[in-house]
Amino acid sequence: MVNDTSKATASRSGWGLLWLALTLAVLAVGFYHAMTAPTEATMGNLYRVFFYHFPHTILSFLFPYLNCGASLLYLFWRGSSRERALKADAFAVASAEVTVLYASVGLATGMLWARAAWGIWWTWDARLTTYLLLWLLYVSYLLLRSFSAAGQTAVVSAVLAIFAAIDIPICYMSIRWWRTQHPAPVFGGGADSGIDPSMYPAVLWNLVGWTMWGAFVLGLRYAIERRRQRQSAADALAYLGDPEEAR
Amino acid sequence: MSYAAHVWTHLRKDLRLEWRSKDSINGMLFFSLLVVSVFAIAFDPTAFPGISRQISGGLMTVAVLFAAMTALSQSWVRETQNGVLDAHRLAPAPLSALFVGKALANFLFVSAVEVVLAPVFAVFYNLHPLGQTWKLLVILPLGTWALVVNGTFFAALSLRTRNRETLLPLVLLPISIPALLAMIQATTAVLTGEFEPTAWLKLLLAYDVVFTMASVLLFETILNAD
Repeated sequence: MVNDTSKATASRSGWGLLWLALTLAVLAVGFYHAMTAPTEATMGNLYRVFFYHFPHTILSFLFPYLNCGASLLYLFWRGSSRERALKADAFAVASAEVTVLYASVGLATGMLWARAAWGIWWTWDARLTTYLLLWLLYVSYLLLRSFSAAGQTAVVSAVLAIFAAIDIPICYMSIRWWRTQHPAPVFGGGADSGIDPSMYPAVLWNLVGWTMWGAFVLGLRYAIERRRQRQSAADALAYLGDPEEAR
Repeated sequence: MSYAAHVWTHLRKDLRLEWRSKDSINGMLFFSLLVVSVFAIAFDPTAFPGISRQISGGLMTVAVLFAAMTALSQSWVRETQNGVLDAHRLAPAPLSALFVGKALANFLFVSAVEVVLAPVFAVFYNLHPLGQTWKLLVILPLGTWALVVNGTFFAALSLRTRNRETLLPLVLLPISIPALLAMIQATTAVLTGEFEPTAWLKLLLAYDVVFTMASVLLFETILNAD
């Protein structure tokens, strides 16, 4: 029994390492293409941060919905299958943390780019505001997780995840209205409104690479959270006097 | 008993408790008056009538929001004394009726504060609205309901957490930002008369409907969280 578990863990970490190696290779190709793509006419080499900004922002709109899906599954399985519910909760934590990570990188690279392209670090235009709100929502999710009482963390955070996922499209619409009612911001558009075909390899390789990296970090975080759940269950059983489970 | 009768019972109980203690209304009222005076010191609204029209909608919304947050978690703390909340969970009544009753009660309290606060604002900030003032009678209730329905829900959610008074604004504010934005923009539209508040009213209405449904559906889950 113990042997089987450790064998399964070993083979899983083998696959994990293989995936990591593959990811790093794709990211290296992406880096090569990003650095060798033709220099942009107006911004020069500064525009290359776009190849890192774009995948992070796109992906940080994907992870929240993985988080919402996992939270719904948690609430669905909570009554019937405890083991599956715990897996869904671990996935929800992992995806929320990856959301915050990717959104932070997206914000940071976006600000670097804004400083270079527009001369300012930040402007309250529609996309930037929506994106900041996305980041705020998932930071508040992580705060709720750390503040809530041990027995109910999973439930309250699953409920908040559902509220946050409902809120994202409403936020998006409302802020678009807000910014179209007022005079159009001086700094509109963005370089992604149509790109030159010579940039496609750099964009695509980086998109694939950072998707694989996100999946890797998510899987790793999921495994850590599952281990933590097993450990705390074992601790609880040991406290109740079951030496078999206390190892 | 029908669902409406359950809601009415909860609402009547909350109103009676408030009538006898007057804790939350007095607290909110004085708190929002303090916010009004602090903002007046920070911005000197009487010197610049144009700026005062631009910012008053936002200031009043913020004052009401902060005041409401001080009262919302208290409204659930009342229910935890003597294990009343557990009794509610055992009672053969729909749990969401408890939520709807409490949200309605909080809505009435916050609206009462607004009724007092709006004239005070007009006097202290030298306000002469340039739009159609009657539209505020639609905007303020819709906006207040948006804040209160989510606020009541998240106050219940953070009831059994560590330092719940800190947690409530941290969770409530990010979720409420579309509602706050719509309420502020619509109020500013009425005060300045520069644009029509209609689009923002629609947004508020949609927000109210969506989040009222979500709260009513998920309330039982969070109350039975442990």
